[in-house]
Amino acid sequence: MTNNGQNQALEELISRRYAHGFVTDIESDTVPPGLSEEVIRFISAKKGEPEFLLEWRLKAYRHWLTLREPGWAKLHHPPIDYQGISYYSAPKAPKGLKSIDEVDPKLLQTYAKLGIPLHERARLAGVAVDAVFDSVSVTTTFKDKLAAAGVIFCSFSEAVREHPELVRQYLGTVVPYRDNYFAALNSAVFTDGSFVYIPKGVRCPMELSTYFRINQANTGQFERTLIIAEAGSHVSYLEGCTAPQRDENQLHAAVVELVALENATIKYSTVQNWYPGDEEGRGGIYNFVTKRGDCRGANSRISWTQVEAGSAITWKYPSCVLRGDNSVGEFYSVAVTNNLQQADTGTKMIHIGRNTRSTIVSKGISAGRAQNAYRGLVKILPTAENARNYTQCDSLLMGPNCGAHTFPYMEVRNPSAVVEHEATTSRIGDDQLFYCRQRGLSTEDAVNLIVNGFCKQVFRELPMEFAVEAQNLLNVSLEGAVG
Amino acid sequence: MDTTPLLQVTGLRVAVGGKEILTGLDLCVRAGEVHAIMGPNGSGKSTLAHVLSGRDGYEVTAGSANYRGQDLLAMPPEERARAGVFLGFQYPIEIPGVSNVYLLRSALNARRAARGEGEIDAVGFLRLVREKARLMQMDESFLQRGVNEGFSGGEKKRNEVFQMAVLEPLLAILDETDSGLDIDALKVVANGVNSLRAADRAFVLITHYQRLLDYIRPDYVHVLAGGRIVRTGDRTLALDLEAGGYDQMLPAAST
Repeated sequence: MTNNGQNQALEELISRRYAHGFVTDIESDTVPPGLSEEVIRFISAKKGEPEFLLEWRLKAYRHWLTLREPGWAKLHHPPIDYQGISYYSAPKAPKGLKSIDEVDPKLLQTYAKLGIPLHERARLAGVAVDAVFDSVSVTTTFKDKLAAAGVIFCSFSEAVREHPELVRQYLGTVVPYRDNYFAALNSAVFTDGSFVYIPKGVRCPMELSTYFRINQANTGQFERTLIIAEAGSHVSYLEGCTAPQRDENQLHAAVVELVALENATIKYSTVQNWYPGDEEGRGGIYNFVTKRGDCRGANSRISWTQVEAGSAITWKYPSCVLRGDNSVGEFYSVAVTNNLQQADTGTKMIHIGRNTRSTIVSKGISAGRAQNAYRGLVKILPTAENARNYTQCDSLLMGPNCGAHTFPYMEVRNPSAVVEHEATTSRIGDDQLFYCRQRGLSTEDAVNLIVNGFCKQVFRELPMEFAVEAQNLLNVSLEGAVG
Repeated sequence: MDTTPLLQVTGLRVAVGGKEILTGLDLCVRAGEVHAIMGPNGSGKSTLAHVLSGRDGYEVTAGSANYRGQDLLAMPPEERARAGVFLGFQYPIEIPGVSNVYLLRSALNARRAARGEGEIDAVGFLRLVREKARLMQMDESFLQRGVNEGFSGGEKKRNEVFQMAVLEPLLAILDETDSGLDIDALKVVANGVNSLRAADRAFVLITHYQRLLDYIRPDYVHVLAGGRIVRTGDRTLALDLEAGGYDQMLPAAST
C-alpha cells in the first residue's frame, strides 16, 4: 500500500465519534448566566449552607475579582466570558429524595448509558459511586455498607449539612482560595462534589468513585472534592468525566483537596474524557483544575494516576506537599491530545519533610494538530534532608503536525537531595507499524498495541476495573492517529 | 505432487526514490523447498524481502508476484502475513512495553481469524509458545519481556525465528537472519528453521555468507546481482562463491 493509501485509512480512523456526546432532555433549575455576590448567595441559600461557608465563598469571590487569568501555560483560547456562564443548574427532583427509586429514570438511564449503573440491582461490584450531574450530586451508592466501616462517602453538599465541623476544619487547607485564579473562582461558586472521610486505621472496604457529567448548555461545572484519610487509613478513589457534544466551549474548574495523616495512603485515579471538541476545534470543555494532596503525617503516601484523554484544554497539575517525614508522593500520567486539543499538565512535588520521596512518570501522546506540554516542579526545601525524586517524561508523536513540550522546573535547596530527570521523545515509527502489520495486525491494532505499550507504566497503577476502561478510551481517542 | 508454485515472481522491477534496484527478477518457489539468495551488498536482496512482504516506499514498475494464485503485490502487508507470508527482519524492531507473547497472540489470532478459526485459548497458546521457546533455547522470561526491548543482536534474531515457529507460515523469508550471530546462536537458529521444514512450507533465505548453508541445506542457491538473479544452482554454487567471490558470477556485460 502506498503512503497515501495508508494516510487515508488513518484519516478515516481518526474521525471516529465521541461516544458520550448525547444530551439528556431533563427539566432543570438553571440560574441565568452571570456572576455576582447575589448569585453566590443564591447558590449558598439553595444548599442551605451555614454562615461560615457563605462568608468563605464571598471572600474567595472578592479575591477573585482582583486576579487575572494566568497566562503562563502553553495554551491558547479566546477569552472566557465569565458573565456568560450559568453557575447553577440542577435537574428538577422531588424534595427529600428517599431512595434511588425516586431518582428521575432519565438520570438513571443517562448513567447506565455511560456504563455507570446506579440502580441497586446492577451496581458495579466493589465500587461505590457518587454521581454528579451538572451542579448537583444525584445519588451515592453503597452508603450504608461504607457507613458500617465508619467511612463517610457522600456529596459535598450533604457533608456540609451532616458534617460541617469536618468541612470547616479541612476546607481550603490544602488549596486555599487565594491559591490561583481558578481555585478562587471555584471557591466562590462551587456547587457540589464528593466528600470522603476515612477514620483512623480503616482500610476502605471498596473503591470509591465519582462520576461527573456535564449536561446543560452554557453552564460551567465547579465541583469540589475533599478526601480526608485519618492516621493509618487507606483509600482508593476514582473519578470519571464526560459531557455532551456541543459547538460552544464549556468551563470546568474543579478543586480537589486530599489530606493524608500519619501512615495514611490515598490513591487517586482519574479517567478524564470530557468532550474534546471536533476535528476543527469547535466546542469542547475547558478543563482548569487544581488538585493537591497534603501528606501531612509521617509515612503518609499520596498517589495520583491520571488518564487525560478529553477536553479541548487541560490545565491541571495534581501535586503533593510532602510535609510528613518519610512521606511519598507519586504522579503517573497519560495525557492524550488529538486534533486541536491542548494540554498543559504535570505535577508539583514539594519536599518539606525528611526522607521524602517522589516519583513522576508522565506519558504525553500527541496526534493531529494537538499540542501537549508536560510542566512539573520538583521543589526540595532546606528542611527536606535526603529527599529523592525521580522524574520520567516521555512523549510520543503521531504525524508531522503535532507538538510535544517539556517544562521541568527544579528548585533544590538541600544539598543531600537526589533528583533525577529523564526525558524521551519518539514518534510511532513506520518501522514499528510495519513490523506489527507483517505479523498480521491491522494498522489500527498496531497503533493501539504500540500506544498501550508506551503507557503501560501508568496503566498498571490504575485499579483493575479502570485499567481496561482507560485502555479502551485511549484506543478510541487515537485510533489510527498516525500520519 | 502439486507442482503449482507457492510463489512465482516474474520480471519484477522495483525502484526506490526513482532509482531502479530490482531490474527484472524471476523466482519460482514451490512448497517444501528451501531457496538461498546470495549476493553482494547493494544487489537488491533486502529490497526483494521488503517488496514481497509489502513494506512502503518501494515502487513496482513492472512484473508480478503470484502467491497461491493471488496477486501478492496488491495485498496490504497484514493480509500477506495472514495468508502465510512471514518476514524475518534483518533489524528486528523494538516495541517497548508490549510483551513478546502479547504481540504473538495478537498475530496468531489475526491469522486464525483470516482462516475462519476462533481465537486460541490461553492454555493452548501457553503450551505452544513454551514448546517453541524450548526449541529456540529461549528462557521463558523472554516471553514476558517487551518485544525486542533491550535484546542483544543475537537474541533479536532468535526471537524472529521463535515468532516464525509459533506463527507457522507457508512462505518464510528470512532476511540475513544469520548475520551477527555467533556459531552457537547460528546453530540454534538453523535448528529452528530445519525443524519447521515441511512439505507445505517454503523458505527463502537471504544471506551474505555461505556458512548458514552448512547448517541449513538449500535445494537451490541463487546469486542476485545488479537487481536480478544471474545464476541458479544447487548447494555447490554457494561453495564456489565462497571460494571465488561474487565477481566471477557477475554478467560479462558489467565487467
